[in-house]
Amino acid sequence: MEALAHLLHDTLNAGTVLAFAALGMLINERSGVVNLGAEGMMLVAAIAGFATGVHTGSDWLAFAAGAGAGALLAAAFGVLVIWLNTNQYATGLALSLFGAGFSAFAGIKYTQQKLSERPHFEIAGLADIPLVGPALFKQHPMVYVAIALTIALAWFLYRSRAGLVLRAVGESPESAHALGYPVRRIRLLAVVIGGALCGVSGAYLSVVYTPLWVEGMVAGKGWIALALTTFATWRPARVLLGAYLFGGVTMLELFLQNQGVEVASQFLSMLPYLATIVVLVLISRNAAFIRINMPASIGKPFFPGS
Amino acid sequence: MTRISKRSIIKAAGWGSLAALAALAGCGKKEEAAPATAASAASEPAAAASAAAPGKLKVAFAYVGPVGDGGWTYAHDNGRKMLEKELGDKIETSFVEKVPEAADAERVFRDMIGQGNKLIFGTTFGYMEPMLKVAADAKDVKFEHATGYKGADNMRTYDSRTYEGAYMAGVIAGGMTKTNTLGVVGSIPIPEVIRNIDSFTLGAQSVNPKIKTKVVWVNEWFNPPKETEAAQSLINGGADVLMQNTDSPAVLQTAEKAGKYAFGWDSDMTAYGPKAHLASSVINWGPYYIKATKEALDGSWKAGPDTWWGVKEGAIDLVSISDKVPAELKDKLEKVKAGLKDGSLVIWKGPIVGSDGKEILAKDAAADDKFMKGITFYVKGVEGKVPSGDKK
Repeated sequence: MEALAHLLHDTLNAGTVLAFAALGMLINERSGVVNLGAEGMMLVAAIAGFATGVHTGSDWLAFAAGAGAGALLAAAFGVLVIWLNTNQYATGLALSLFGAGFSAFAGIKYTQQKLSERPHFEIAGLADIPLVGPALFKQHPMVYVAIALTIALAWFLYRSRAGLVLRAVGESPESAHALGYPVRRIRLLAVVIGGALCGVSGAYLSVVYTPLWVEGMVAGKGWIALALTTFATWRPARVLLGAYLFGGVTMLELFLQNQGVEVASQFLSMLPYLATIVVLVLISRNAAFIRINMPASIGKPFFPGS
Repeated sequence: MTRISKRSIIKAAGWGSLAALAALAGCGKKEEAAPATAASAASEPAAAASAAAPGKLKVAFAYVGPVGDGGWTYAHDNGRKMLEKELGDKIETSFVEKVPEAADAERVFRDMIGQGNKLIFGTTFGYMEPMLKVAADAKDVKFEHATGYKGADNMRTYDSRTYEGAYMAGVIAGGMTKTNTLGVVGSIPIPEVIRNIDSFTLGAQSVNPKIKTKVVWVNEWFNPPKETEAAQSLINGGADVLMQNTDSPAVLQTAEKAGKYAFGWDSDMTAYGPKAHLASSVINWGPYYIKATKEALDGSWKAGPDTWWGVKEGAIDLVSISDKVPAELKDKLEKVKAGLKDGSLVIWKGPIVGSDGKEILAKDAAADDKFMKGITFYVKGVEGKVPSGDKK
């Protein structure tokens, strides 16, 4: 039973890293823009956050720095693809490569550094409940922020006027334009927010999850987040579920190995990907549902006045 | 009017995007190259020039990781710097980092030859096939390949006995554990890594026969978040001293956070977790690089036999031992080290029993190198099964 509590605790923690980036990409893609640069933005944010953490000792400033770094890169990407209409996929890939190189360069003098001791977080009172307490209430605050963000985002998309406008821009930018909405500025805003959330994810990784800086440390999490968004059919709750599922199966895989279960570890390493895809495809297998949720103009450039 | 302006906008956008893309890509490349030049320029300005001074032997290194990985590649680059220091007036070294273990490696090797390098070191297992291919075409160039098993007339293999470092770490781990449970984060289940896990366990059992070792494989050499998760899962399972055969300091860092112990691997990793760090098992490639280069310089270089250096030759050591390790354990370690140095201590000597209870080495039978390069089983005390199955 105690093992189960550990498993749940680590699952929520692992899912949080993915959740921020995937929710960011969701906002981004709901506006009709695909940014394949998630990995690069996360890397730059990871070093920005880590460096800030080293110098200031504050997690919150580190997250802010990560968000800022992600937003800055995303803004550059946004100007390129929204105003200059460069190919979104090529520009996103370029951003990913740039981020990998730039973060390595910026991080040279941080490779041997260490963050100062961090306090352990817990919610007083609730954390003492046996089993459930340590699993659910001894988490970093960002774990709860991710859940709150998911709820807020779902409300925003489906219950608020601004969310409706965002979806309209992703569905049919021409119509939104005809109604007088500033399509390009809305898209840029969505891209920048998406970058900022990727940045939070990168900083969480280097400051809380694996508190160190080594080159390339994001190790593909940005790509997983991108895939997650698509497989979750751009629905916030499903994105969060997918993130927890991926984290959970990863932890389960390691847990099973730890228990000496005789399954090839190569097979187990494949499981998180397989399980996440299977589950998300199953819950979204309704074709009409996918059509309704997929931003119809995703990846397409928009020329106002054409 | 509108048509013209629209067209010009599209045109401008096209050029703009091209320029921007080029700028982005260019930046990426430049920044990636920057650490390399910065690192080499700082330590040996002479090497920065690409045109060879006449009469100087050009030596090139291909690295699989970034020099800043703080582990495997970092150790190789320290070896290169040592070589540069020792023979700097006769040679000129250069390196290419982050060369993937794939078709790209061949291109890099051919490029190195094109730049006039006459001695090339490839520092990871996966370069073996591309190197063989290139070696067949460039007979006047000498090739050195790390950790492989295939050679040619102008290509030979070198390696270091990392398992001796694992054994010494095991001695400390066996004395420091309170739960009698050790944990290893394994990378990829190949003989080299399995041998290290076994040797770590044997070392621990030499001071504490009750030791059990848990192993979790991540099936990658470098993935810090997953290494963290694996380490966390071992700690949850009761392990209180960890070792890893992966390339990043993430495991040590996780132990630091959880208040457990761990070791540095390949390079000295004290800085990453001063409280958790018990010692670092390091590889010193310098002596071999100096020897091989000297042979190439005086013409005595010849292919084979393979080199496999350990504590005896100064290639393997356990360094930066923590103050938390009690004096008697340190004495014990010194004895082990001395034994490995003079050859009186043989790690892989019977009786050794496999995890299935069957005897692997009879009493006093010592394993030869061929046996050790084919270890695909766990010794007694290691829990679970080797993932790839029992192919013996």
